[in-house]
Amino acid sequence: MAEKMLMLALSPTMEEGTIISWSKKEGDTVAAGDIVCEVETDKATMDYESLQAGTILKILVQEGNSARVEQAIAIVGESGENIDDLLKEITKAASEPAVGETSGGETAVRETAPGADVAREAAPAAAAARETAPGANIAGETTPAAAVREPAGKERLKASPLARNMAAEAGIDLSVLNGSGPDGRIVKQDVETVMEHGVPFRSAPGISSTAGTAAVERGTAFGSGSATGIVEEHIPVSRKRAVIARRLAESKFSAPHYYLGLSVLIDNVLESRDRLNSRRAKGEEPKLSLNAFLIKMTAEAIKRHPIVNAGWEESEIHVFGSVDIGLAVALEDGLITPIVRNCGAKGIIQIDRELRELIRKAKSGKLTPEEYTGATFSISNLGSYGIEEFTAIINPPASAILAVGTAVKQPKELEDGSIKFHNTMKITLSCDHRVIDGAVGAEFLRTLKAVIEDPLNALL
Amino acid sequence: MDYEYDLAVIGAGPGGYVGAIRAAQLGKKVCVIERDKAGGVCLNIGCIPSKSLIHQAEVFSSISHLEKIGVRVDASGFDYSVVQAESRKAADALSRGVQFLLKKNKVDYIEGTAVITGEHEVSIDGTRKVAADNIMIASGSRPRELPGFEFDGTAVMNSTDALMMKTLPGSMIILGAGAIGCEFAHIMSAFGVEIHLVEMLEHILPAEDADTAQILARSFKKRKIRMYPGTRASAPKKEKGMVLLEIEDKKGKRSLEAETLLVVVGRVPNTEELGLENVGITTEKGFIPVGDYYRTSVESIYAVGDVVSSPLLAHVAAKEAEIAVEHMSGSGDEIRIDPTMIPTAVYTEPEVAGFGLTEEEAVKQGHEVTSAVFPYRGAGKSVAIGKTEGQVKIIYNPKTSEILGSRIVGTQATDLIHELLLARRSELLTEDISRMIHAHPTLSEAIMEAARTAEGWAIHV
Repeated sequence: MAEKMLMLALSPTMEEGTIISWSKKEGDTVAAGDIVCEVETDKATMDYESLQAGTILKILVQEGNSARVEQAIAIVGESGENIDDLLKEITKAASEPAVGETSGGETAVRETAPGADVAREAAPAAAAARETAPGANIAGETTPAAAVREPAGKERLKASPLARNMAAEAGIDLSVLNGSGPDGRIVKQDVETVMEHGVPFRSAPGISSTAGTAAVERGTAFGSGSATGIVEEHIPVSRKRAVIARRLAESKFSAPHYYLGLSVLIDNVLESRDRLNSRRAKGEEPKLSLNAFLIKMTAEAIKRHPIVNAGWEESEIHVFGSVDIGLAVALEDGLITPIVRNCGAKGIIQIDRELRELIRKAKSGKLTPEEYTGATFSISNLGSYGIEEFTAIINPPASAILAVGTAVKQPKELEDGSIKFHNTMKITLSCDHRVIDGAVGAEFLRTLKAVIEDPLNALL
Repeated sequence: MDYEYDLAVIGAGPGGYVGAIRAAQLGKKVCVIERDKAGGVCLNIGCIPSKSLIHQAEVFSSISHLEKIGVRVDASGFDYSVVQAESRKAADALSRGVQFLLKKNKVDYIEGTAVITGEHEVSIDGTRKVAADNIMIASGSRPRELPGFEFDGTAVMNSTDALMMKTLPGSMIILGAGAIGCEFAHIMSAFGVEIHLVEMLEHILPAEDADTAQILARSFKKRKIRMYPGTRASAPKKEKGMVLLEIEDKKGKRSLEAETLLVVVGRVPNTEELGLENVGITTEKGFIPVGDYYRTSVESIYAVGDVVSSPLLAHVAAKEAEIAVEHMSGSGDEIRIDPTMIPTAVYTEPEVAGFGLTEEEAVKQGHEVTSAVFPYRGAGKSVAIGKTEGQVKIIYNPKTSEILGSRIVGTQATDLIHELLLARRSELLTEDISRMIHAHPTLSEAIMEAARTAEGWAIHV
């Protein structure tokens, strides 16, 4: 019996995922656990492992297109099975816009309409050119007869079963079509017209794809002629970027941040690290990173101030039972904080090993949601950029984040009057005042400083 | 410019009278000119009287069933002239009905022969003229006469002669096994006339799929109707009150002998005496060329029904007239009839009905097509009423499940076809029909099951 392969919530916050690539094609057999496709979620690109076994009878969401969680992305069943019923069912579901998704129509057009790709690329420039190119609007009026209308919203969509079927087959969102049948009913001919002429991109209303292309050329000409090399652009916000924006704004605007900074001597840490690494150099393992040390030391300090490892949950403060430290990692198109779990119970070597694997996954976009969500404390280290000190935004559900600057040599006058240079580092703790009062944060930071400066303190 | 009439209609057949009434409903001042009887061929010498004969033929056929259940019928007083008179009554009643409807809608009914004398002028019997803003030609058609087969009304008959016959011949050769030929074969054989049905093309009902026609042919064969498909005939000889017809098929020449020969090989449009030349309209093979809205090359003149080259069917004429008249009034949005939406009906027993491309035509035209067939026997009702001959065939696109056409052969097929036609017109899919509840027991269940066959889950096979 053929069944739908659904888009799964691959992360707790995921509402929609984009299929980056299919590793199976129609007709391939899959076993449960086989990787069938790569999905870009709100945070990462993840392998989608099949929960079903059978033959892929139909791929419904093509590469580059996205699907809401629970939406069918493929049909799995026995080879040669009739899947018409299922397809119809899926079409029906697809033609009923999700409640509350006001931009549903637009999204769907962008992602599924044939010819929309051209329009999509054209759109930003077209929008920019519109003001300077009055001809574009005139050209817009030549849009093919299957004029596009505003997405239907929650009103019942009138479309013949055949039109629904054909639209599903062609990946056309019916809600943007004008029906030519009785009482505005969408009929076969309307779908055929769109299949032939395409649907203009909705974010540049009134501009047909032809006009859009012209505008792009114009835009490019302006760009290349520009002395500064700066081209005005409207970059579509990636899903990842949107999530980062939402979460950080939410944190900064709702959590009352305050900051505590101090300077720590790190000679001991660096020295210990060198010693350990020189010993390890004989073996295969790469060198231990400073971040592994910092994570371990922070965990030790947290053990002594558990309230720093807590979250604000409105009616209660949730003191977490495990120290799960997230380390912010910069990516080309955003950032992500892979988490080393239960750091308090792990040694530096293990932390380092896990961290390395997590960073590798993060860079290739392969982190799984449980590897990057739910940190109870975070560390952001911009030392490698030469940043001496900075403040970071707390990463919920944690209530504190440690911003780590670069190592700086500081001269110090010794008792004998001579000068010695010490390696120091500025660390700045951002705290959510709802959970951590200033004195508590200060106590924690003082402990952390003590542990970093003399790791023996962690054993006391 | 002001004319006496907004619309002058030539012919009061199903195209003319329907168009005239529709125009009147839309507020037009209309006259309709008829040289014969209101209602045209359909009502007077076509569909209606033939259906009366078919009905009576079927009543007569039920004698055998009555005898089977112990009712002895004395048929010695059987008088075909009464049967024929009954059919005339039906025709006359309906013809009067048409006149009444025209009157009720304030359409002037003018008896006479119309000749177009100008773009806005029609002469009637050369004695008077009417002027009209628009003229609609709906003058219909007449039986085709083959050279050498000239109609004499008794030995060599056309369909009108056959309908007017007051006594039954002992035997009849029917040349042409289209819808009309098959219907006459059905009627006559039911009344005990020995029938020879000769068809030039490969099978009887040549316009239908072979398997559909096959079912009717099988039924005819059981009833001892002799069929000669793929057979040519040469001019008949009349000898001693008999007609001799030499026929030739692949096997060679033979001759057939019967009391009468009925020639039903199509119809020709009545366009010769309309005065088309007066306004510069030229015909193609007798048909009047029309563009959108059935408008001729002369802007004020429209032509509908059998005079244009669309299927020569009463319901086509009526629909075309509606489209033309609505266009004149600026109220319609239909441009032309979609030929795949025209139902056809053959009133034999079993009946044959259909619409859209036949499977053979669809394949020939390169359509992706497949068909689902369900036998009548699978619907319990057919067994209960003893009419198990037949099948429902749905021709559809396997990719989209679009219903492209259908052929039903079996009892009541001509009524049953409309469910599928409505589905096609509304762009419903086989799935929609397969899931709709159909009353049990009905013959319509066969349609549901055919749709389920397309969907792969027919229950009663």
